[in-house]
Amino acid sequence: MKTGYTGKAHLFGKNIDTDQIYPGQYLELVEPDEIARHCLEGADPSFASKLQPGDIVVAGTNFGCGSSREHAAIALKHAGVAAVVAESFARIFYRNAINLALPLLVCKGISSRVESGDTLKIDLEQGTVTNSRTGKVLEGEKLSSYAMNILDKGGIKAIFLDKTRGKTR
Amino acid sequence: MHAVEKMLARAAGVDSVTPGEILNCSVDFIELNDLYLQVVRSFYEMGGTKVWDPTKISFVFDHYSPAPTIRTAQIHKEMRDFAREQGLTHHFDINAGVCHQVMPEAGLIRPGMILVATDSHTTTHGAFGAFGTGIGATDAATVLISGELWFRVPEVIKIEITGKPRTGVYAKDVILHIIGKLKADAAVYQAVEFCGEYVEGLGVSERMAVCNMAVEMGAKTAWMKPNRAVLDYVEERFGTDYILDETDPGYTYAGEHFFDVSSLEPQLACPHSVDNVFPFSEVSPVKVDQAFIGSCTGGRLEDLEAAAQVVKGRKIAPATRMVVIPASMEVYKKAMEKGYVQTLIEAGATFNAPGCGPCLGTHAGILARGEVCVSSTNRNFPGRMGSPEAEIYLGSPALVAASALEGSLADPGKYLDTPQGASV
Repeated sequence: MKTGYTGKAHLFGKNIDTDQIYPGQYLELVEPDEIARHCLEGADPSFASKLQPGDIVVAGTNFGCGSSREHAAIALKHAGVAAVVAESFARIFYRNAINLALPLLVCKGISSRVESGDTLKIDLEQGTVTNSRTGKVLEGEKLSSYAMNILDKGGIKAIFLDKTRGKTR
Repeated sequence: MHAVEKMLARAAGVDSVTPGEILNCSVDFIELNDLYLQVVRSFYEMGGTKVWDPTKISFVFDHYSPAPTIRTAQIHKEMRDFAREQGLTHHFDINAGVCHQVMPEAGLIRPGMILVATDSHTTTHGAFGAFGTGIGATDAATVLISGELWFRVPEVIKIEITGKPRTGVYAKDVILHIIGKLKADAAVYQAVEFCGEYVEGLGVSERMAVCNMAVEMGAKTAWMKPNRAVLDYVEERFGTDYILDETDPGYTYAGEHFFDVSSLEPQLACPHSVDNVFPFSEVSPVKVDQAFIGSCTGGRLEDLEAAAQVVKGRKIAPATRMVVIPASMEVYKKAMEKGYVQTLIEAGATFNAPGCGPCLGTHAGILARGEVCVSSTNRNFPGRMGSPEAEIYLGSPALVAASALEGSLADPGKYLDTPQGASV
């Protein structure tokens, strides 16, 4: 399983809700690639065009609050966001992201120690974020073994497909 | 153990649980709304063929009812086909209403059950002593296949509310006040129990409004000990075959908060977050383009009654439009019988079919750039009801109705004490 990610940071504030991550007017879209075009459009309309695959989203507390819409996690994942690091995550978003194998890391104090454009190195196993500009290593919270297992298997769908086909892994 | 923990323990088939533990639980019921064709797609992608139990799954078409675009019509069509093929017992099409209103009305909600739904406001069902929580599409697909889902046992925080609010102050004001004080991340991943003499005296509708908004504090679920009003409601529609869980004496909560609402004013959540709450008297006058009454928070019979009391015999301001969407067809019919619909229409209101449309900005009352809406719904995030450059204020249905009359944010108190507003 890939546990290290290096990418350019895009910094957002606190309480970035799922309406900002994926505005309601696009909820009727079903295809992941179409959904990805509107990633974080409510917070930054030019985000999807600026984003390079492998970039990292950084935010304050309560990232993903609001609606249960899985479109929010799908948009980030399919737009090419490698991981999201935030001071805290809203519960349903957290589950949706892990289920889709979008890596998340809770890291207190991250939003005041990172600027947009910084290059960050994430180590999921250690739960750390290294900021190349400042050289500082920030300690985050390690994911539970339950969540790590889902990420490792490539998401809930892959796990279930194996179950429904009667395979074991 | 807390009542909430007892429900999870029972569903997981274990004697006891502790907060933080991850359990695999049997789900008693799942509801999917019409934002979620993804669930059907994922069901097949994950190797699903037949759902685990067609009597324990409901589809509710409320977010796009009736379908406003070709794409949403297609979503309805594919979900309708799935419901028929799988023989789902509880399929609520565009003639039913908002999921969180429709399910209790249909007798599907009872104390002690585990309910998951593809909607964050599933915390509403804590009003009935149920464990209700919102999930996403992939989680929902796993439930359709297996009837099970993993849960992290939440810590429980207690919010005790005392006092009797004055005329013109409603449960909606109380919960807005609480969220304003505790903030939007006060209960992330936790369960919130609402209790105290104020809660004990609340009716079903008000309890639902309070629990509904618990998710705006980040709560995984909300819970209230059912009172007689709740049990009467459940027994009339479901029967008496339910389990009433009691919290053990001496249970230690992860946090406790106390509120006295005796001197509370009407509250307003100002743009652009639900925790940006101020008493009415501290908010500057703001011109209102749209006043909206509806949703799983503020579209019940009692909400329409309060709005009708305010506007009875009066006219809404010429530059303001008032949109009313009853939370369900049952609410709509009763509001017609009681004359609330007539009263609101005579005042200048526009009615739409039961559903969620404008609350989440999908249709039937969308805001343009620069417009201001005062709404009885539960969220005022940027872009929630249309343009990200619109502004949304949240308040009680009575405050929304008073604002429609004046064309700017208004305290409903004066309209409730006058002879005109005394009876509807």
